[in-house]
Amino acid sequence: MKPPPFAYHAPTELDEAVGLLAEAGEQGKVLAGGQSLIPLLNMRLAQPRVVVDINGVAGLGGIGTGADGVRVGALVRHSQLEADTAAAAAVPLLRQGLRLVAHPVIRNRGTTVGSIVHADPAGEMPAVLALLDGAVELRGPAGARTVPAAEFTTGPMETALAPGEIAVAARFPRPAPGTGTAFVEIARRHGDYALCGAAAALTLDPDGRVTAARCCLVSAAPVPLLVDLTPRLSGTRALPGELDEAAAAAAERSDPEDDIHASADYRRHLARILTGRALARAAAAASADTTAAPAADTGAIR
Amino acid sequence: MTEEQHDIRLHVNGVRYSARVPARRLLSDCLRHDLGLTGTHVGCEHGVCGACTVLVDGQPARSCLMLAVSAARHDITTVEGLAAPDGTPHPVQRAFSECHALQCGFCTPGFLTLVAAYVRDNPDPGEDDAREAVTGNLCRCTGYQNIVAAVLRTAEITREHGASGAPEARRPAGRAGAADGPHSAASPKEGGRP
Repeated sequence: MKPPPFAYHAPTELDEAVGLLAEAGEQGKVLAGGQSLIPLLNMRLAQPRVVVDINGVAGLGGIGTGADGVRVGALVRHSQLEADTAAAAAVPLLRQGLRLVAHPVIRNRGTTVGSIVHADPAGEMPAVLALLDGAVELRGPAGARTVPAAEFTTGPMETALAPGEIAVAARFPRPAPGTGTAFVEIARRHGDYALCGAAAALTLDPDGRVTAARCCLVSAAPVPLLVDLTPRLSGTRALPGELDEAAAAAAERSDPEDDIHASADYRRHLARILTGRALARAAAAASADTTAAPAADTGAIR
Repeated sequence: MTEEQHDIRLHVNGVRYSARVPARRLLSDCLRHDLGLTGTHVGCEHGVCGACTVLVDGQPARSCLMLAVSAARHDITTVEGLAAPDGTPHPVQRAFSECHALQCGFCTPGFLTLVAAYVRDNPDPGEDDAREAVTGNLCRCTGYQNIVAAVLRTAEITREHGASGAPEARRPAGRAGAADGPHSAASPKEGGRP
């Protein structure tokens, strides 16, 4: 189908964009990459009166990689972030997650921040942000604020964004030294929404003992399901049996839904298997990280 | 209801067009209905099938997931823009013809634009890479075997003859074809359309 009618604005300044969006209130939508919004418009699942296209807004691009992590501006396309070697070196989970986001053609237009704001329970990048304890920078009529990932996604397709607010950047913290990460998922076809997916981060001390472990599941709950496995795995050597037990505990926390693609039971099964695989890969990466020389800082912020 | 109209200028296949469209006009519909460039096909209209794929600043994108008003800042290449100005088919068009990589042809414009950009960026793909490259586009006729063969053949033709007919300005510097120039090795026997 075709999108419903709406008023279109293409501001060039952030304040102007915020003003237009605030004026539109609940009836306003931000257009960045459009790879989620425009399908919703075409299917008439969203009928905003006002669309504010931020593609021409100055200052919303740019990937900044520094000692504390990676800051991704609202106009950075998935493919641009995926190709950024400094960002991938600082926060490997970024590229691990981005490669699973839809198809390359969609990643050419879709933005990482837009994907986080869209808050699809099957989305990879909200899970990446949650697993890393990242944050989203917002600008609204009342000024700027930064919302931690744990408070940002409030439900399926729902976030802490107030009417009139624009997400201007996402911050992905650099994991602690000795941390390995991984993201695995199962989809009906490569590039489809995941039936279930699991991201994991696991930290080893120089003796090879676990000091921290957590996972984040997608398509397993209404929001990215973050599970802290540190109490279970701390002090262990991340042996396969130990990881599998932790994965089973994480899967028990999942609350997936039945749909035409998979039953809830099958998704729970996938949650256990995929969490186990993600933890094993993260442990292998952590082990490689602790034995290798510390990576040099890959660049200053912008 | 009177809907606000926007005067836009689009740069498509090296030609400047102007059009008067409502904000909700999809780029795919603008190309077809306002500019008369009906080579771009519209299948699912929500980004799943890939039939409407065009190049936006040289990168493949779904034209059904872009508003025409947002496209004004970009260089758009449609399937009509792949062949050389003299009508010499682009290597990807030759390859699809040689490999019988189409039957009804509905999905073909999306595959051609996609594969043209893919081979430009990946001059020597293996079969698995070729298959992976086209996973985002649907074809209901061929079973994909010949499409995968055509991706490999496109790369082969491009390596042998250069990317004659490809939009040179959109090719990143230092990629295939930069060494021997854009049209220097065009096949002399491919002047006309099949």
